[in-house]
Amino acid sequence: MSTTTIAADRPGNADPAITPFTVTFLIRRFDPEVDEEPRWQDFDVEMYATDRVLDALHKIKWEQDGSLTFRRSCAHGICGSDAMRINGRNRLACKTLIKDLDISKPIYVEAIKGLPLEKDLIVDMEPFFASFREVQPFLIANKAPEGGKERIQTVAQRERFDDTTKCILCAACTSSCPVFWTDGQYFGPAAIVNAHRFIFDSRDEDAKVRLDILNDKEGVWRCRTTFNCSEACPRGIQVTQAIAEVKQAIMRGKP
Amino acid sequence: MTATTIEAPRSPSRPVKRRGVNWEKWGWIYMRASGIVLIVLIFGHLFFNLMLGDGISAIDFGFVGGKLADPFWQWWDVAMLWLALIHGGNGMRTLINDYATLPMTRGVLKSAVLAAVVVLIVLGTLVVFTFDPCPPGQPADLLPALCAAR
Repeated sequence: MSTTTIAADRPGNADPAITPFTVTFLIRRFDPEVDEEPRWQDFDVEMYATDRVLDALHKIKWEQDGSLTFRRSCAHGICGSDAMRINGRNRLACKTLIKDLDISKPIYVEAIKGLPLEKDLIVDMEPFFASFREVQPFLIANKAPEGGKERIQTVAQRERFDDTTKCILCAACTSSCPVFWTDGQYFGPAAIVNAHRFIFDSRDEDAKVRLDILNDKEGVWRCRTTFNCSEACPRGIQVTQAIAEVKQAIMRGKP
Repeated sequence: MTATTIEAPRSPSRPVKRRGVNWEKWGWIYMRASGIVLIVLIFGHLFFNLMLGDGISAIDFGFVGGKLADPFWQWWDVAMLWLALIHGGNGMRTLINDYATLPMTRGVLKSAVLAAVVVLIVLGTLVVFTFDPCPPGQPADLLPALCAAR
């Protein structure tokens, strides 16, 4: 009942929050079967302030050009599939609201950099996952747990690596790193973050091995602390700090 | 039931580092350590030359000659020279690694940096320790005025 009254009070759709507006998207397209070089293509999309960039991509794909190619799975910022470069910054399309962007200008959307471009917004993630696998991102605990079946950890011990457990492997950090752009051999921030997660885990027994791996010529020492990764991380992980902590651990020889 | 022991799924495909000096690590530590020392050395140098006594107007050939005759300032300047040139050279090396992609370009640029650093360090060290404002056996009109006092 009360809702009807409120709706009756409003003349038409005057509330600006629920009026759709036209947003121009410039999307960097690349079809390997046709294009020699990527090209920018513009799309006009009717959007609401509460929409996200991912909704715009959906509208384009479903209503305007079905050949637009991009990855997305959960669409709620957890799966890490839809990292892309939006207005020059690496972000998740599903977490970037239209109202937070300047819609008086076109919104530029392109694939993340530093990884081989496959089609439109899709890059080959294999080099990224290869360096992730390199740091042995799994718990190594071979000793029998003390007095029972659980490996007990205090709240403080868990807190030590809490920040780096948030990683969703979207590659926003690694593909924003200028060292990674020029040197694909560099492990990259994401791999170091995931090594950090186990190096500082009190239950893990192989921190030394991971520190040795990251003490490589292409390991943590290549980090130039430009903070691009910390700014890019959609999960708010203090990536540069994690890398610095790994550097300190390597110098100490233990976590 | 106790926790099952599971074998490590795979060994790393990148060979674990050979033993020996880890230059990348020591380079990184050197940059930080030399940076801190250089702050003291450079600001000490500037303070002594520009602020103390008559300040900047005191600087002339005689002032520099006098400083380089004192073993304290000789070692101060040599330390500054070595630390700063290696610091700068190493910084340039990382820049080259970042920007030059072809191995050939990298090699040439890094050799050039190394050559410049070595030449400047050798020449600079030589000058600091062998500098004589009044070389003996030179015509008096070529020598600075302070030599007449000797």
